Amino acid sequence: MSDYWFEQFLSEGKLMGSKCMECGALFAPPRRICMKCHSDKMEWAEMKGMGSLAAFTCIHIAPPSMLEEGYDRNNPYCTGAITLDEGPRVVARIEEVDTLNPESIAIGTRLEVKFLHQGTDRNLGTVLAFRPLQVANAD
Amino acid sequence: MNRKRKLGRGVAMVGAGMSRFGMFEDKDSKDLFATAFQEMIASVDKGVDLNDIDALYLGNFTNDFFVHQSHWGAIIADTIGHVPKPATRTEGACASSAIAFREGVFAIASGFYDIVLVGGVEDMSKRSTADVAEGLALAAVPYERKSGFTFPGVFGAIATAYFDRYGASREDLMNVTIKSHNNAPLNPRAQYRVSIADIMANKIERAKSQGEPVPEWIGEKDFLRDPKVNPVVAWPMHLFDCCPISDGASCILLVGEEIAKNFTDDPLHVVGIGQGSGRGLHAADDLTYFEATRYAAREAYEMAGIGPEDIQCAEVHDCFSVAEILHIEDLGFFKPGEGYKAVEDGATRLDGPMPINTSGGLKCKGHPVGATGTAQLFEIWEQLRHKAGKRQVPIKDLRIGAAHNLGGTGGTCTFTILERR
Repeated sequence: MSDYWFEQFLSEGKLMGSKCMECGALFAPPRRICMKCHSDKMEWAEMKGMGSLAAFTCIHIAPPSMLEEGYDRNNPYCTGAITLDEGPRVVARIEEVDTLNPESIAIGTRLEVKFLHQGTDRNLGTVLAFRPLQVANAD
Repeated sequence: MNRKRKLGRGVAMVGAGMSRFGMFEDKDSKDLFATAFQEMIASVDKGVDLNDIDALYLGNFTNDFFVHQSHWGAIIADTIGHVPKPATRTEGACASSAIAFREGVFAIASGFYDIVLVGGVEDMSKRSTADVAEGLALAAVPYERKSGFTFPGVFGAIATAYFDRYGASREDLMNVTIKSHNNAPLNPRAQYRVSIADIMANKIERAKSQGEPVPEWIGEKDFLRDPKVNPVVAWPMHLFDCCPISDGASCILLVGEEIAKNFTDDPLHVVGIGQGSGRGLHAADDLTYFEATRYAAREAYEMAGIGPEDIQCAEVHDCFSVAEILHIEDLGFFKPGEGYKAVEDGATRLDGPMPINTSGGLKCKGHPVGATGTAQLFEIWEQLRHKAGKRQVPIKDLRIGAAHNLGGTGGTCTFTILERR
């Protein structure tokens, strides 16, 4: 249970966390040691990939890695914190929002997971992302 | 309040110095620290024999990255003639030198040393802005980096959570920026010694002299709303919400309390020191406060046996405008959700009831990250000893001041309370 395996699961299209077998606390990304009771008895737990936007930013001045993806001040990207329906909070890219009109993006927006597969190189890997819940998928 | 923690031996601050902060093509870490060191020596009222300094604790975040050189404890020890005595580098991202200060306090309190030099240095301006941003991102948590977060981005995200919780807006953050820029011209060591009103006047003057369209801003907020002069960095953080890239150094001389009189009749006493750790956006308790700051503050207040109402002026880690608002709430100066209103009401101005960042803050004084912690304490040193000149806090019986330093995305926070007796 490590970031290596967390990322392996992302590449398989799974958002995995860990569950404390002692106190039941859930964590995503996974932790080897429970933040609540310090137990080391943890098991993998798959998250459904649904959540709500807790915080976000639209980045105009991008770091080198994002410049390489084609983002810049004319094409900003959004990244944020998402509170999963299961409870844990994750940080991830936020796709399919109007980054040049950030006031249109609302805290609390319902989101669904989207895996950005960027290649097989370990340094590229799969990036965790979310997008607004598609109406067709809402039930 | 019960005193939960105390030092085994009292520790006093008897000297302090700092270089001017700025972007200096012709000054490296050694030059900058030497300047701070010389200023410190000159500040010791009765003088200090440099051979008596037992040890050096030096904060530096990542000169390794910025100038491809690490091991700054020994290099600076050599620079100031401290060899062969011990020198130890401390690292806590932007809180590196507040941690050096703390280690120096503990070294004296333990009885092992009597006279200790603590300080910090950072040399950031020799690389491109993109490189510096990448270097600073080394202090984020790995998940944040992978998601494309930059430092302004992390604080931008925190701002959106704060706005949503308390109904504040970007307009409220502007009050922090305007206030910091009003203090900075009064600080001879600040990087940007200019008020927003002066920046506006200068730009208008230049447009007129060059025959260009003259901007028609109605007031400072109107200027800050203009994307041509204040573009987005990471929404809602704009250029004027962000501290600059800086070079600089600062240092402080600490001694055992019982020998302080050998150095000055007017020492400052270290009455409270706290430090806490945090977890990054994904695992933080909440996105509208820093748990590490709250822990550090509790530790320091418990040690000092006082509360936030007893602090008369403070430097807080305003790496971004929104951060200042969170800190003044986390430190207990204002209730959660009321910090932004207090700033709007002028409570944190130089002449307000709770002056915050009289130095101009990181925003205007500059933020050479490893030097910031002890530079904040330098400002409190000048204020409490009534040496702050034009930016002297006009509070009668000014006695207790404090400094709050934050590293990374809240991963390391410190709070230090000083008292003049």
